[in-house]
Amino acid sequence: MTESFTLITGRTREQADGLHKGKDSEAYRIATTLAEMSPEDMNRLAIKDGQIIRLKSAAHFVELPVRSGTLPPGMIFVPMGPVANALIGSETAGTGMPSFKGLKVEMELA
Amino acid sequence: MLGILNGRVYDPLNNIDGPIKDIWVKKGKIVAPEDVDRERAELIEANGLVVMPGGVDIHSHIVGAKVNAARKFRPEDHRGNERARTALTRSGSGYTVPSSHLLGYLYAEMGYTTVMEAATAPLVARHTHEEFEDTPILDKGAFITMGNNHFIMKCIREGQMEKARDYVAWLLGASKGYAIKVVNPGGVENWKWGGNVSELSDKVIGFDITPRQIIAALAWISDELRLPHPPHVHGINLGRSFSARTTVETIEALEGRRAHFCHLQFFSYAKQKGSLHRSASSELARAVNENSNITVDVGQVIFGEVTTMTSDGPLQHRLHQETGAKWLNEDIENETGGGIVPISFKPNNPINAVMWRTGLELFLLIEDPWRVFLTTDHPNAGPFIHYPQVIKLLMDRDFRAEMFQNLNRRGRKGALLPELDREYSLYEIAIISRAGTARALGLKNKGHLGIGADADITIYADLDDKEEMFARPRYVLKDGVIVARDGRIVCDRPGRTLYIAPPYDPKIEKDLRAHFRESYTVSFDNYAIAAEDFHRSEMISCG
Amino acid sequence: MSKVVENVTCTFCGCLCDDIKVEIDDNRIISVHQVCSNGRGLFTEYDPTPRQPTVAGREVDWETAVKEAARILSEADSPLIYGLSSTAVEAQRKSVELADLLGAIIDTTSSVCHGPTGLAMQAVGEVSCTLGEVRNRADFLLFWGCNPAASHLRHFTRYSLMSKGILTPNGRRDRIAYVVDVRPTTSAKVADHFIQVKPDTDFEVLTSLRALVQGKEIENEDLGGVPIAQLRELAERMKSCRFGVAFMGMGLTMSRARNYNVRELFTLVAELNQYTRFSVIPMRGHGNVAGADQVLTWQSGYPYAVSFARGYPQYGPGEFTAVDVLAREEADAALIFASDPVAHFPGAASKQLERIPTIVLDPMTNLTERMADVVFPTTCYGLDAAGTSYRMDNVPIRLRPPLHAKRPTDEDVLIQIIEAIKQC
Repeated sequence: MTESFTLITGRTREQADGLHKGKDSEAYRIATTLAEMSPEDMNRLAIKDGQIIRLKSAAHFVELPVRSGTLPPGMIFVPMGPVANALIGSETAGTGMPSFKGLKVEMELA
Repeated sequence: MLGILNGRVYDPLNNIDGPIKDIWVKKGKIVAPEDVDRERAELIEANGLVVMPGGVDIHSHIVGAKVNAARKFRPEDHRGNERARTALTRSGSGYTVPSSHLLGYLYAEMGYTTVMEAATAPLVARHTHEEFEDTPILDKGAFITMGNNHFIMKCIREGQMEKARDYVAWLLGASKGYAIKVVNPGGVENWKWGGNVSELSDKVIGFDITPRQIIAALAWISDELRLPHPPHVHGINLGRSFSARTTVETIEALEGRRAHFCHLQFFSYAKQKGSLHRSASSELARAVNENSNITVDVGQVIFGEVTTMTSDGPLQHRLHQETGAKWLNEDIENETGGGIVPISFKPNNPINAVMWRTGLELFLLIEDPWRVFLTTDHPNAGPFIHYPQVIKLLMDRDFRAEMFQNLNRRGRKGALLPELDREYSLYEIAIISRAGTARALGLKNKGHLGIGADADITIYADLDDKEEMFARPRYVLKDGVIVARDGRIVCDRPGRTLYIAPPYDPKIEKDLRAHFRESYTVSFDNYAIAAEDFHRSEMISCG
Repeated sequence: MSKVVENVTCTFCGCLCDDIKVEIDDNRIISVHQVCSNGRGLFTEYDPTPRQPTVAGREVDWETAVKEAARILSEADSPLIYGLSSTAVEAQRKSVELADLLGAIIDTTSSVCHGPTGLAMQAVGEVSCTLGEVRNRADFLLFWGCNPAASHLRHFTRYSLMSKGILTPNGRRDRIAYVVDVRPTTSAKVADHFIQVKPDTDFEVLTSLRALVQGKEIENEDLGGVPIAQLRELAERMKSCRFGVAFMGMGLTMSRARNYNVRELFTLVAELNQYTRFSVIPMRGHGNVAGADQVLTWQSGYPYAVSFARGYPQYGPGEFTAVDVLAREEADAALIFASDPVAHFPGAASKQLERIPTIVLDPMTNLTERMADVVFPTTCYGLDAAGTSYRMDNVPIRLRPPLHAKRPTDEDVLIQIIEAIKQC
């Protein structure tokens, strides 16, 4: 089962806290290797908190645990960091800025 | 050690008008001939050449928050106007807003050695000084905007003039500035409420004082502190059809106290039937001629692209609305504001034609060259690289007449300019571009070639085409070092920052701390700039 | 013996709070006050202990590292210098000098942050003010596509939502705040109104707001998922405030229309000045990315994406921006400082950094360092080195480091590399 989602990446407090401990720290790795999905989508797709999902973009794919978050349906949030960036392509539409927010990704259960 | 031999010397501050004379330099200063060992001195043969002190620009927007915002805002200004790096010099770009290194080189190549940055807000003065460090060769100072300063306006309202005086003294030292700058007093504060001022008696919102009171207070303070340069005033109503009336009123409001009025051309307009302003150069020239306490610089229009940038926030908004051009605005807490709008001046535009001739009329009608100075309010009326064009217009009435004929016909109607056949002499050009400006700035070691002066010297070929003559000097020396030859840099070296630090009563610190706590967003202890932060600086004394 | 240093500036984010109190003992930070959790992390996790530079992972002396860095850069045909934002002006100035000398491409973190904001400003202008005007005058705040509660933790209390000023003596009660975002954020929770827009519809919503402000009728019932009545109310509130300020962030710069989103907001703000006073302040992320813009602009004319390959500065967003240069394999060497592109760039771009010789200057270990050929452990400006940083509103603040430096600064290393290259 595969479904399209809109990927948003961005800062979180945990990602920043992990950053201070060092980008090689476990705290940073945990803070940047997770996804958030709306409770409606998680219910509909029968996904449990902490379950591993696979996200695929034109660039690459990643596997990471998902938890419920304050998001509208159809959206997935991943904190900024190396895992999110594996999905982001390097097309910048002539501006230098990749599509860090609003990228279409395919979600499937791992 | 260095000697400049057999040149024709123009040194108005020492009454020297063109005789053949040798100039001797040692350790960066002009010295007496007997102080130099001729066997070991470098000699420049200046036979047939004209020798003057290096140019001193009394008003130009060259560095700092506003100028750099304009650079960032206008990549289109830089493309096609680039200069490649050399073994000696950095690369750069820009026409109306050149990048920092290029700006220093362009001024130096044109024979200027001291330039005053026309407007710096104290909260961001550190930015000005950092850019000074990357602007090579020139000696520089910054005017500090105070005409809409909350602490000063509160003091005026409370009648606490001594406290205002101590604040101004503290502020000049804290910002390492050179002079008091006033821009649209009261109007910039009112713009933070969406308003402006248009009469000297209008009220400043929230302070209940008037522009007249602000100007009078700052003029009094400047005299009390014995500042080397008096308040440098960009008055109310720039560009408006009643600007001439209110500017004459402002001159009269000073009641004999010293002041400098900048880019006077922009304030020299009056109404006439129809939509076109008329030049009121006669009225302004009369006011200047009759008030010997006043100096002015003209702000001559140069046709082509310009970038308007002033602390006059409401003016810049109006320009944006009138032209539709992109607009940058920056309000600075408790102190001032400002804006930037790119425009262009065209000879076939009637308004621009009137502005162009008004500036020239001011030059030709103001009688005392010691009180009227050459500027283009760079880059508001034109880029400074066109100063030689203005010199030619002043020295060559045929060239002037030729340019006048190419103006829009409506813009020529009723013009006074064709009747004015005065031509400036080399001696007078030396006054309006160096001797007079240095004197008005109170810079005792600049603008002349007497013993003890800084060895800032420019040597020109004596050409008939005065624009070509002044655009590419043969030699430019700064502190006795040849920095440019034939219009190209041959030595890149840093210049100095000139500043003043008048004394003040330290008791004022209590009020300052309270003021910062209540209304600023930076700590009082982090506000002042230390002299140790500069690589090369010189404090000029007051009084 | 411990001592307290006051008025220290925290350089973590664009807030550049300069009222931090730091207690130190024997050149170690013991406690920090008046700081947010990001600032606390910066101050308390920093280790100023001197470390040796490394070449190919092995410790060497400074001279050897400098020589190797100089060799890499001078032998490269197309070197890239990237970063600049978490360092002081003194180092930024040297990095542009180095780029000029080498004929390099130089780009700052703006290209993946507020580069589109710069493009918008270049197209339509920007009506702005310093943060003190927000404190003293702002009675209406609009946070669009930014989340200060997660990224600029003292912004609300020190400058915007809660701060008490001359015309805002009651702080929070004197203000109305809107948050516009694609999902309810922690910032939305403390605002008065939250407007949720569908992803990639900011442009349409902003353009509609412009129309509503100008009194035009809109026939749609909703736009971007927002009921028109809500937008109409927002437009009216913006027009009738005393002094409005919008703050914008990555929600606009990183989504599909990028600089066009920002242009629309900037134009809306400019047009509101026909009715009242309104300004916009971009939420600059890193502590001195505003300084990077300033320095690169004053020395070259352009704020980011600059190439000196022709001997003079050329501006090319999309052409000379780091992600594009790396993804297209157009750099054959890189000097990275004051940033961590391997953590923040798309995979294809950061992989290129593995393939080309890379030099890193940084006070802390980071992901880019792991694949670098030469690593210089430098000081952290603001902690153990003095310098100047520019706040998000472009106010320059002198840094007052509480610790003594035991390592060279970024500026020191860049000066040495420049000298070594001149002798190559």
